[in-house]
Amino acid sequence: MAPAVVGISAFFVYPLFAAVRFSFYRFSVLSTPEWVGLQNYQVAFDDPQITRAVENTVWLVVVMVPAQVLFGLGTGMLLVAMRRSASVYRTLFYLPALVPPVAAALAFVYILKPGFGPVNAFLKLFGIEGPLWFNDPAWSKPSLTLLALWGIGNTMVIFLAALLDVPVTLHEAAALDGANAWQRFRHVTLPTLSPVIVFTTITGIIATLQYFTQAAVASSVASGQVTAGGNSATNNFGFPQGSTATYPLWIYMQGFPFGHLGYANALAVLLFIVSFAIIAIVLKRAKSFHGES
Amino acid sequence: MTAVAAPAHSHRATAPAVAPNRRRRETTLVFIARHSIAIALSIMFLAPFVFILLTSFMTNDQSLTSNYWPKTWHPENYIEIFHKITLLRYLTNTVIYAGLATIFTILSSVPVAYALAKLRWRGRQATFLVVICMMLLPPQITTVPLYSAWQGFGLTGTLWPLIIPTLFGDAFSIFLLRQFMLTIPDEYLDAARVDGCGEWRTLLKVVWPMARPGIAATALFQFLYAWNDYYGPLLYTSENQSNWTLSLGIASFRTLHAVAWNLVTAATVLAIAPVIIVFFFAQKAFVQGVTLTGVKG
Repeated sequence: MAPAVVGISAFFVYPLFAAVRFSFYRFSVLSTPEWVGLQNYQVAFDDPQITRAVENTVWLVVVMVPAQVLFGLGTGMLLVAMRRSASVYRTLFYLPALVPPVAAALAFVYILKPGFGPVNAFLKLFGIEGPLWFNDPAWSKPSLTLLALWGIGNTMVIFLAALLDVPVTLHEAAALDGANAWQRFRHVTLPTLSPVIVFTTITGIIATLQYFTQAAVASSVASGQVTAGGNSATNNFGFPQGSTATYPLWIYMQGFPFGHLGYANALAVLLFIVSFAIIAIVLKRAKSFHGES
Repeated sequence: MTAVAAPAHSHRATAPAVAPNRRRRETTLVFIARHSIAIALSIMFLAPFVFILLTSFMTNDQSLTSNYWPKTWHPENYIEIFHKITLLRYLTNTVIYAGLATIFTILSSVPVAYALAKLRWRGRQATFLVVICMMLLPPQITTVPLYSAWQGFGLTGTLWPLIIPTLFGDAFSIFLLRQFMLTIPDEYLDAARVDGCGEWRTLLKVVWPMARPGIAATALFQFLYAWNDYYGPLLYTSENQSNWTLSLGIASFRTLHAVAWNLVTAATVLAIAPVIIVFFFAQKAFVQGVTLTGVKG
């Protein structure tokens, strides 16, 4: 137990308090911290780039997370209905979830290339002029959503396990009473699934509050700009026009490429307040978290 | 499609021949509809793999066209990427990071998970809540103070800021192992204690063997986490290219070296392949781990 206590204090409790404390200072990697009071927070609330980062993250929470939950539920239900032949499909559907996020982002930038990418070539067969995907500020977040849906595997498996737990007798009883497929879904499947839907939604929101890798890689690769040496690869983060600059990405940008460490801490504290509120809801709901399950 | 239609017909044939059975026909239609959707989805899930694999065998020039079948096959692309960037170096770094992080995480997290799942002590609930918070809070919150601290130790630019913390337990692993250990009946532990085992012996001789599937799943997840990690290496090693990992190297491949898609996709295939291979060998541990994180919530 002792090393864990040391670990928790050194790598979690200390930096958390340090983040709060240094959010009231102005400093960079080299300079000594200078007390500036609430100035970092005032700047944050007036900063249009922060507004945009918040909007990007809220967009992902409002569109990407529900899309993931619905798609995970849908594929899970399809697999349950397939019964015997499900195992091959299950493996196929799950496979993309294994792909490292960096590789997945690269693959999607390639297949969604505006000029000669396979997806737009496919759309052209139907006479549809495909969008610019990762190169269009209006389409970059939908592209990231497609990427997230491709890697639906883990959510799907969680729904699959829950769906298999729905008692068959309940379905049979409902069918005998003349309930059609929709009614059985609405009144038998959905009520038993609602805790899982809540769980996947909340974990989806939590994952979105730290959404970083896919946005960073997709934007810097899609920008196609050649940059030389070290950190300057991050210059293209958020491309195009900041449309993929999520809030956690912006904390990183302020802290490291820009070197505004005090300001980055203030942004981190704001993120802490929001995410802690969401976690509090999880802890309240999930009784098993409180010990005896 | 014929393979799908065939069982549908035999299925129908078993239906009573007397009077057209509406319900049966509906089932056949539903059967075909389901398989059509499943096949369409399979194609969508597989297409990205197929396209990047094909592109990785093309010439530089062809990878910039909308001709998706390699006119000539160039497996030497896979050798060329090792010359273009220090891929072997990145691979070694990734294996060191993922390997050490996995071993350290298991050694440090199993005792903590045991204490949280099976021992009664003051502060257990509070400790568990802190572990949950560590697991769920975005890592970007504590990034700046941690970076400053590692800089004070002179370790930024290396992978040690990512490896050393795993010696002190990893929140997600502790959580996963605890959930698994809760399923071990207390009677086994009581029996061991009655026989005079101390807590450490009980842990090593009784709990460890019984928790082996959970430990395997946790080790697998931790290994993949480190293998796939981009944020950690970006934060601590981007200033020193000789300590880059695979994910960092591949992400910067195109922007730093202006290479065409045939080489980028080859590097992407190289990053994906080990993970898929591991999955097929350890499928059971995988699925168990995923459901364990979900169902208990």
